[in-house]
Amino acid sequence: MNSRIYNIAANTFREAVRDRVLYNLIAFALLLTGAAVLVGQISIDIERLVVINLGLTAVSLFGVVIAIFIGIGLVSKEIDKRTLYTVLSRPVRRWEFIAGKFFGLTGTLVVNTLCMAAGVFASLLYVSGHLQGSDRGVVVALYFIVLQFAIITAVALFFSSFSSPLLSAVFTFAFFVIGSFAEDLRGFAHMTHGITQWLATAAAYVVPNFSALNVINQAAHGEAIASQLITYNTAYALVYALAALSAATLIFDSRSLK
Amino acid sequence: MAAIETLGLEKTYSVGFWRKRPKRALHPLDLTVEEGEILGFLGPNGAGKTTTLKMLMGLVFPSGGTARILGMELDDPRMKAQIGFLPEQPYFYDYLTGRELLRYYGKLSGMDSATLTRKIDPALERVGLRDAGHLQLRKFSKGMLQRVGIAQAILHDPKVVFLDEPMSGLDPMGRREVRTLIEGLKAEGKTVFFSTHILSDAEALCDRVAIIHQGKLRGVGAVEELTAGVTAQVEIVWAGTSIPASLRALGADCHVAGDTVRAVLGAGHQDVVLETLKSEKLRLISVIPVRTSLEEYFVAQLGTDTSVGVTQVGGQQ
Amino acid sequence: MSRSRDVRRIAAVLLVFCLTVSALLLRQLDRVRSGATLREFLYISSPKLVKRLSLGYEGLLADIYWTRAVQYYGGTFHTGGGNYELLWPLLNITTQLDPHIFPAYEYGATFLSAKPPNGAGIPEKAIELVEYGIQHNPDNWRLYYDLGYIHYDRKDYSKAADAWERGSRVPNAHPFLKILAAQAAQHGGEAETARILWSSVYDTTHDKNIRLNAIWHLRALKADQDATEVEKGVQLYRQKTGNYPQSFRDLVRAGILRGVPVDPLGNEYQLDSQGHVFIADPDNFPFVEKALPPGFVPRTIPRIPPAK
Repeated sequence: MNSRIYNIAANTFREAVRDRVLYNLIAFALLLTGAAVLVGQISIDIERLVVINLGLTAVSLFGVVIAIFIGIGLVSKEIDKRTLYTVLSRPVRRWEFIAGKFFGLTGTLVVNTLCMAAGVFASLLYVSGHLQGSDRGVVVALYFIVLQFAIITAVALFFSSFSSPLLSAVFTFAFFVIGSFAEDLRGFAHMTHGITQWLATAAAYVVPNFSALNVINQAAHGEAIASQLITYNTAYALVYALAALSAATLIFDSRSLK
Repeated sequence: MAAIETLGLEKTYSVGFWRKRPKRALHPLDLTVEEGEILGFLGPNGAGKTTTLKMLMGLVFPSGGTARILGMELDDPRMKAQIGFLPEQPYFYDYLTGRELLRYYGKLSGMDSATLTRKIDPALERVGLRDAGHLQLRKFSKGMLQRVGIAQAILHDPKVVFLDEPMSGLDPMGRREVRTLIEGLKAEGKTVFFSTHILSDAEALCDRVAIIHQGKLRGVGAVEELTAGVTAQVEIVWAGTSIPASLRALGADCHVAGDTVRAVLGAGHQDVVLETLKSEKLRLISVIPVRTSLEEYFVAQLGTDTSVGVTQVGGQQ
Repeated sequence: MSRSRDVRRIAAVLLVFCLTVSALLLRQLDRVRSGATLREFLYISSPKLVKRLSLGYEGLLADIYWTRAVQYYGGTFHTGGGNYELLWPLLNITTQLDPHIFPAYEYGATFLSAKPPNGAGIPEKAIELVEYGIQHNPDNWRLYYDLGYIHYDRKDYSKAADAWERGSRVPNAHPFLKILAAQAAQHGGEAETARILWSSVYDTTHDKNIRLNAIWHLRALKADQDATEVEKGVQLYRQKTGNYPQSFRDLVRAGILRGVPVDPLGNEYQLDSQGHVFIADPDNFPFVEKALPPGFVPRTIPRIPPAK
């Protein structure tokens, strides 16, 4: 079982790397970090702040875009192009296929993040000449960004398992936007009554909470990040991704392919 | 043990957005394929061939009935390790090379690295792609894709091979090669189940054929058995250009070519014709029973519905 | 196909389990992050920048900031934090994004000017906020009402009367604006004016926090009024007997009171030997000005107890 999941993951990784979209986005993000350096030079004393804020935001946003672009292709495109037929006629279980795709894309995003992170740290060094202890926060912020990617990938897989590529992309993007405002959604829910409150609260809990995973500002200000936060965020991301993948498996396992 | 066995396997789709109307893609199908035989699954486009194959591969879930392959359930991974599948008009990961594709599929089928390294090149050679192993699949022609598709279906030495329109996209040379390959598979003791709408291929290769039309099975059996049902005919050739009137009365189909006459008529009239020729002092050249073609059987079975893409004998497509 | 059924069963169980656990984890995360979100709200504290970044969706963003302001005040309010330093930036950004969110002005008028722990205690900013609102909505009588309220709270009765006068001239203005203007002009510091004002707030607001605020003001006014009345009775007793009464029973026996007076919270008033009447529990009774024990210095300024 493990070797099949590994093979599917490795193949997904290979597909992502050979897909030229990836290179363009990485280049773009690196460019943005370079721009941050420029901006930092214009405003004195806040170069670190700007580099970290802009750099990490770029890593996060572009990673999400890549996750969605490639994520939607994971299952929808395979079904569309019928490459799935020859895979599933082999001793590969449908859930193994989902798991393999998940690990493949998450792995791709981790590698991608590492490349972009190197760029951010390089700009930071350039701008302030040294790294300081408080930059540990940047590493934590990057880790949280990777957790965010894991969630987005799982959600993209979930939508891929039953919608067309276009719809999956739209829904996943919507989840990302709503998830970024998840706390406000709970605030809205708090202000409503009756059935609306029930529905809004349920929605606020079902949608992934990305604001908890965003510590970019703290990292930029060099603030320490509580280890409890790291533990809970890790647990949350894993559990949520698992939920999305279970749902994806449930749907994918039950449907006839066209 | 039967290689493939279906019992009442059926599929009904709900079509339409608001009021769902059921559409029967496959009526309950009872079919048995013995180990080591080649079974041709014939029928016009839309007859239900691909639906049946997809159900057997576990891609589509049946609405009813059961099926077993090599005595095992359709979702049994042990069974899947022993079957190979070539889908219709296959499309593969175009960013992989031929070798990478086979290696990927081989791994998924449970083959280890060493075995794979040994088997990939011979498999490519067997399908005539020896020089293309390093090319990315996006550069493959349709025919080459078909061949690599066959390669991935037989790479892991499966006991049963399922081919959906294996000849499509191939020129006559290619089709001959695939025919030879299928015969080779049978020689290795494999079972081959292939669907096609090219009757001549089926006639040449298959031990048995199953004919399906509009989701219903119309006939199963060896080609001779099936065609035997249709009235046997005989072809009689004699010298000269005259056709006795009595023969014409029998409804013989007569052609004059040069200085011979060729007549085709029901085998039962054979003796009468020979007598007539003798009495008319016409020189007999040959008496040959006409093998009723599968096409005629096909046409007879399908009734008036001949417009649906049935390929003529001789394979012009 | 039992294998498939097993997979589906496990997937379904996992789904339910994981969603539940994720909800629980979210609550834990809330606890760990309690202050963090708010600071993030105002990561961008310049309204101009927020506007530019909103890419045209100012309305939605204004709604979001308004919700945050309410949640913020509600959260801090009830945990008794007493620190409203973020209220002004939140309301400022909200109204800069959308100058027509009227509840924001009402909120600002009430809670920016109120002294801690019931508000931010920055009435100048409150004035600035409402003046901005009037600038963009000159025909909204409520805004003039809010402005007058702020001035009144600072005891600037002439400016309050002014604002209410302006407001009363707006078409469709509520008739009590004229009344309030007149009261403030002539009887600015009197209890009756305050009572009219707070009653009007209570009657016209839709916000439960503001209504609560008004109720407590009215209770405080009642307490002060009661104290004044009872002290008049005490003076009467003294005139009659030459001594201060020992307790309220003396006043009842003298026919001056019908029973022991009880404050709006249900506690008995207290009477000291100098004839002063005051409330029993000044620490939990905000806004009282007269009916306080002599020499009462609050440890902390009493805050509004949460709504039941």
